[in-house]
Amino acid sequence: MIRVEIAKLLRRPRTWVAIGLLCLLPIIVAFFLKLSPLAPRPGEGPAFLSAVVSNGSLFPAAALGIVLPLFLPVAVAVIAGDAVAGEAASGTLRYLLIRPVGRTRLLVAKLVSILVFLGLAVSLVAGSAYVVGVSLFGSNPVLTSLSGTVITPADLARRTMLVLLYVAWSMVGVASIALLLSTLTDSSLGAALGALAALVLSQVLVTLDAADVVQPYLPTRYWLSWVDIFRDPILWHDVERGVLVQGGYVVVLLGISWAGFMTRDITS
Amino acid sequence: MIATQALTKRFGAVTAVDSVDLSVNEGDRYGFLGPNGSGKTTTVRMLLGLVFPTSGTAQVMGVDVPNGLPHVLPSIGSLVEGPAAYGHLSARSNLTLLDAAGPGGGRQSRRRRVDEALEQVGLAGVGRRPVKAYSLGMRQRLGLAAALLRTPKLLILDEPTNGLDPQGSKEIRDLLLTMNRAGTTLFVSSHLLAEVESLCTRVGVLDQGRLVLQEELDQLRAPTGRTVLRTPDVDHAVALLDGRITARDGDRLVVLGGSPEDLVAHLAAAGVRISEISAERVTLEDVVLSVTSHGNDHIAASP
Repeated sequence: MIRVEIAKLLRRPRTWVAIGLLCLLPIIVAFFLKLSPLAPRPGEGPAFLSAVVSNGSLFPAAALGIVLPLFLPVAVAVIAGDAVAGEAASGTLRYLLIRPVGRTRLLVAKLVSILVFLGLAVSLVAGSAYVVGVSLFGSNPVLTSLSGTVITPADLARRTMLVLLYVAWSMVGVASIALLLSTLTDSSLGAALGALAALVLSQVLVTLDAADVVQPYLPTRYWLSWVDIFRDPILWHDVERGVLVQGGYVVVLLGISWAGFMTRDITS
Repeated sequence: MIATQALTKRFGAVTAVDSVDLSVNEGDRYGFLGPNGSGKTTTVRMLLGLVFPTSGTAQVMGVDVPNGLPHVLPSIGSLVEGPAAYGHLSARSNLTLLDAAGPGGGRQSRRRRVDEALEQVGLAGVGRRPVKAYSLGMRQRLGLAAALLRTPKLLILDEPTNGLDPQGSKEIRDLLLTMNRAGTTLFVSSHLLAEVESLCTRVGVLDQGRLVLQEELDQLRAPTGRTVLRTPDVDHAVALLDGRITARDGDRLVVLGGSPEDLVAHLAAAGVRISEISAERVTLEDVVLSVTSHGNDHIAASP
């Protein structure tokens, strides 16, 4: 079933359109940076961009930073929101279940295919950004971390890889919310919008001092902590928190999805 | 093959299926009839484990529903409330993915089985066109092909000929009859009485969630003991058969008692000409109309 789900994901035009758009966005930013005589001042615009102009090989990390706050969550919410609701709406859900595919197995397969999508999306964004970054800005072997110390190209590759994993994992919380809603409704649009509404709420609360009690548990609270991976030494504190918070969302929300889906009447 | 005891499903305040006791034997061609909204589809969904009963029990192919179903579902082919497929893929890809998704179909034989199923339903030459470009009839055939993929022992089909033209319906009926002769039990839900009449040996009629009738078709349609005849010499015939006429409508008479053969001899001897004569049989339509009410899509104005 997992293989079937991945095959369905890869054969769906929408998957590639979403990934294509995700890759395109950082490239557009890169061209503007190249054409403009002024480099953005440190601290202006998306994190990290000022450093990219002097070194194209930092661009993959910057590109992930560009798609992380909005575009990647939207893509993930759309794909995960469609996972079960889309099958229900098209009627294929009932035929899968009487094939029979166990309901647990179906959910697991959907989750795995979402993870595959995430992996593909962040790798291709980073890959295309590397090509564009190096060809537009050149690659400078002497690199400095955000803390000012020198890091080697091998170290940069390792850190970029960590950023990639962290960004992908940050999206798993979004995916869980969308997947939960997707098991509750037959409308994939509703599930995707519901997940995005949850994220917007989380973002609002993150910036609201009055909500500081719940802030450490908000799904978007540690998203931007990936920047800490480029400090020297790496500031693990927030990154670890981020990984744990996302993990908590995955376990709890998928547990609820599973419990609800096992006993739900499939009337679509 | 299928047995239910007091099977009941309530959705909130609505009782969709109310204490139904079905019994379908191996080798049966069972017609499951009822007006729209009478609970046919909900019953089918319960038998397949998609909807969980509120109370009552059911067994399909000897296992309890829903817990034992994973063991028998691979050898059940079904069509539930219309076919469904991924619109951007071809018929062949759809069947291959569906077959690969679950147990009970070997990987080596997959391509052959997919080809055979497409051949059986008359879609062998359909090629690589995506399903979204299919007509209603082609989608219906594809849904049937999916049901036939693993040469099922039990076919549970909801409106199998929906969207097919008369030739297509006949073709599918013949296919189902052939499969039944080879040992497949058929459970066909439909509101097309003519179709059930020509396909099934046993019928169950559902009305407002209750099973109001379950009987062999032959017994339902047994002769009533009356004879229907048409004659141009109506008055003469009425005089001859005085007291035995139960209904008179123009040149059509319904006569009580005696076989059609004896009547012919009797009337002919007296010089009454007969243009048509036969033993009266109840039609399935008469039976079904007499036991069911309006479907729930008929909404009369309240007084």
